[in-house]
Order: sequence, then structure tokens, then C-alpha cells
Amino acid sequence: MSYIYLIPIATKSLFWLEPLTAGILRAFGIPATCAPRSIDISPAFDPLRQQYNSSYLLSTLLAQPLANTGKVLGIAEVDLFIPILTFVFGEAQLDGPGAIVSMHRLNNKFYGMQENNALLTQRIVKESIHELGHTFGLLHCSSPGCVLNSSTYVEDIDQKSDAFCRQCQKQLHAM
Amino acid sequence: MKPSDIGILIVDDEASVRDALSKWFKFDGYRVGTAEDATIALQKLQDNLWDIVLLDIKMPGMDGIELQRRIKQIDKSIITIIITAFASVDTSIQALKEGAFDYVVKPVDPDDMSHLIKTACEHRRLIYENIQLRQQIEEISFPEEIVGESPALKKVMDKVSTVAQTDSTVMIRGESGTGKELIARAIHSNSNRRYFPIITINCGAYTEGLLESELFGHEKGAFTGALYRRRGKLEMADKGTIFLDEIGNIGHKMQMDLLRVIETREFTRLGGDNLINVDFRIICATNRDLEKAVREGSFREDLYYRLNVFSITLPPLRERKSDIALIARFFIKKYAQAMNKNVSDLSPETMEVLARYDWPGNVRELRNVIERAIVLVRGSVIEAGDLSFPFPATAKTTEEDSLEEVEKSHIKKILDRTGGNIAQAANILKISRLTLYNKIGKYRLKK
Repeated sequence: MSYIYLIPIATKSLFWLEPLTAGILRAFGIPATCAPRSIDISPAFDPLRQQYNSSYLLSTLLAQPLANTGKVLGIAEVDLFIPILTFVFGEAQLDGPGAIVSMHRLNNKFYGMQENNALLTQRIVKESIHELGHTFGLLHCSSPGCVLNSSTYVEDIDQKSDAFCRQCQKQLHAM
Repeated sequence: MKPSDIGILIVDDEASVRDALSKWFKFDGYRVGTAEDATIALQKLQDNLWDIVLLDIKMPGMDGIELQRRIKQIDKSIITIIITAFASVDTSIQALKEGAFDYVVKPVDPDDMSHLIKTACEHRRLIYENIQLRQQIEEISFPEEIVGESPALKKVMDKVSTVAQTDSTVMIRGESGTGKELIARAIHSNSNRRYFPIITINCGAYTEGLLESELFGHEKGAFTGALYRRRGKLEMADKGTIFLDEIGNIGHKMQMDLLRVIETREFTRLGGDNLINVDFRIICATNRDLEKAVREGSFREDLYYRLNVFSITLPPLRERKSDIALIARFFIKKYAQAMNKNVSDLSPETMEVLARYDWPGNVRELRNVIERAIVLVRGSVIEAGDLSFPFPATAKTTEEDSLEEVEKSHIKKILDRTGGNIAQAANILKISRLTLYNKIGKYRLKK
């Protein structure tokens, strides 16, 4: 049986793990399991930007293959970037084995607001399903409520649901 | 345009930038290509169609600015967006001046990048739409009301095609109602000036003072009632065409003013000092015998030569009777549709009546006759009884006729020929306009 492996990266607590596992099962019909492992994130750090290179971390995750074939999702608490952009909420390999999501800018604390773990969990679930959707070959969707709708602001993530629209669902099942 | 219809080429010597951007755009469904330097980029531009090119300004070998120049040489409608690591104002201004759509400084906010690409796609879509609309205009460039297959009309249309591509002044001659304005529009819409306006002015419809103001415009306070500055028709026709209808009817002062404008392509508004430069093509039309007017001294010879560079003479309808059926059917279709009536054709007898008639008012008169027939007709076919002619054929005068009968018949003939234009008719008859009015009243003729 194949799994979606969840790998926490430099996280302090895992309050989001259970809702995320349930959300992934609901969206993909595939069970998710936590597969903690020690990952050295320091080489991904860019001192000038004070951020971590998302592509580097993703390739580090995938460099340690898991026993069972499946998808790998890293969930990091640090701020991620790709060279051309100021930040990313996450990164995925299109139709590939892995994705990574950053909780850093999903947290209200980043915007000077009071922490809200329930809201943060919702955002992590949506962003994780979004990035995992790409690993199943799905592209951004123009339907506003679809989890695969592109988000460049955290408010955009709050606007959409944690489910695929009918069209994306159809594509997912066809793949 | 769907994202998959848009091709984005990323040109950057940094592999991480190329990969990151490529992935970012692929998730949105765009067709993406990458090139690590200008040479590879130019090769990819030859091999495939690209709509947007994102290019780094600093690259080994050819830099982004030079590459942009080359891209614009290949296809200036390709949208170029400059990527730069440092916000150098000089380089960015140079890139924008040379046609870049925008520039971004690395690293870019994801939302800014997303918006930029959406705006660029919209811009590209508008360029495509514009090209398509231009093509559509070109396809319908001959006004559809020019109907006919007679050799006489074909000769005219050949002349239209020949002269349209040049910038020469055209003189269109022909009796009233032969379609001089339609021919002027056909010339304009087949010329390189077709995307600019064609401005028509009926020179015979204005007094000299008014015509001056209409053509040249006026400044505020130039004359009583000039409350605002007003652009003249010549200014409105800038880069386009000015169609001077009934040019034979303009007075001496206007002839002189017009000659000066044609020679210098500049003028001042009435009451103004500023010289206004304009670029227009002149097409004029007349049903007067201009050569005779020149001989008699009522039309300046120098202006005549300036205007009569290329001449097109429209045949009267009576000289292309083979076109009558086609034209009549064209108007039946047009007016039946407009009046929501189920009229489709003419009876053979009606056709015979139309072919026998002399059509002094030419195509305009035929249109009028058909329009009235469509109003009256009850069935789907126009019968001879449905036709009514505004100028029924006059009986030819005989030696038995009185002087009054001959005079009445001749005045009517001339009025028909001039389309009811009193000034022209009086000129031909060599009597004053007042005398002509008196005779029209006396013989109860229609103007």
C-alpha cells in the first residue's frame, strides 16, 4: 500500500498533524503517515535573505528514499524562497514524488497578529493539499473555491476551500 | 486566450532562476521554454512562437538590451520583460524606451509576478485582437453598396484599386447620384490611411464664410458666436483623407486658401496665429464641367491642376443598364430586411420598366424607387404597379410644341441632371437663380 509521507522540518509542535492526515485522506483517498527524520537545514539557509532555499530542502528530502513508493511532503516552520521570488508558501514537483510547505507565512504571528492555531491548521491543510495536487500532475485552477486556485497572499488561501473542484477531482481520478 | 495558448520564454544565465520561473509558469498552464544565453534564445525564437520573453539584463555575451533589440527585429509584437538584479534606473529606462513591456527587480514578490504576467497576457491578447480586427476591416474594405458587374463599373473599380495604394489627389466626376462618395470611401478604405478617418465636407452646402470655418476651424472669439475653439475638418482628417464634395461650387477666396493649404500642408484656424501642420489625402468630387469653369475663369487653373491629378469618371446608370437588376435586387434585400417585409424579387414586367427608364437621378433614384416600392408592395414580388418615379420620363419636344413647352421641358431636363441643384442648373441655363425660381414656380416643376 502506498502512503503520503509527512516529514516535519524544524517544527516545534505537531498540533496540525491529525487534521492534515484526515484532510489528505479526504482529498486524495490515500492515507498519510508521519515519517520523522533528521534533516540538516543549515545548508539551505541564505544569510543575505534570512530565508531557506525551498528547492534545496526539497531535494534533500527526496535524497533519502523511503521504503514504500509514495509521495513525500515536507512541512517546515522556516521561511522558504526560490531565487527569483521573495518567498513561497510551498513548492512541488509537477507529477513528481515530492513537495514542501512552509508554515512561516501561514502563521498570523508573521503579520503581527495574534496566533490562531485553528486557522493556521486550516491553512496548512489547504496549502499541503494544493502542493500535493501538483505532485499528482494537476495545474492551477481558475475556479475561485478550488484548493488548486493559485494563492499569492495568505488571504487568498483563506478564501478557498480545502477540496478540489469537480473538474480537478475528475482529472485527479483520471491520473 | 487560455494560458496554454501563451508561450513564455525565460532567458537567464542562472539555472536556478530559469528552473524556478519555468516551474512557476508551468503550474499556471503556460507553455514554457528556457534559454541560458542570447544565442540559444534567438535560436528558440526562430524555431517556435513565443508571446512573452523574460530576459535577464546581465548575461555573458550579448546582454538583455541587445537581445531585446534583436527580438523586436524578429517580431515587434513579442512582449519583453526585463529581469534585473539591481534596480538600475538608467538601464531600465533604456529597456522601456526600446519597447520593454516592464522590468522586474530580483527577487520579485509572487503577487507582482503573477499580476505582471496576467497584464502581459492581456496586452498580447489585445494585440492579437487588433490584428484580427484589422484583417476583418480589410476584408470588408469595399463598401458593399458598390454593386454591379458591367465593364464600365469594373473599369472604375480597377482605377480605385490602382490609385488607393498611392497618396495622389483624386478627382471623382459623375452625375448626381452615381455614388461619388462611395467611391471616395472605397479609395480611403483600401489605402494605407484606412485606420484614420475619412472626413467628408459638402462644399456646396456652405456659404464661403461658413465653409472656411468648417474647413480650418476657429479660435474662441474669431467671429460673433465663436464661443469656443473648434477644430476644422482638415485637422480632423490628419493622417486620413478629406473628401471635398461639390468642389466645383467653392468661391474664389476659398479656392485660393485651399490651394495654399494643398501646397504647404499647413494653415491657421480663423482668428488664430498658430500654424497647424496636417497630413491628409484629398479626394474631391464634382458634377460640374471644371474645364469649362477654368476657361470661363470661375475656377482657378492652378487649383484645377492640383486637384485633377488622377481622375475617375463614374458612368451614369443609363450607361450601365446591365447593372440595374443587380442593384435593384441589392436594395430589395436591404430594405425588405430593414422593413421586416418578405419581398424577394421583381416581376419580369417590373424589370422591363426599370430597364426602359433613363434614371436621371442615377443609383440614388433607383434606391429611392425600390424603397418606396417595398413600402407599397403587398406580395413577395414587386410588380410594375408598385413603382413610382419622381421624375417620369418627359415627352420629347417636337416642332409643333410652343416655346413655353420647349422651355419647360428643357428646364426640367437640366434640373433632373443637376439633381435639383438650383445654382448649377441656373449656371447651365445661363439665367439667374431668381429667374430659375420664377420659372420653376410658373411651370410647377419639382426642385
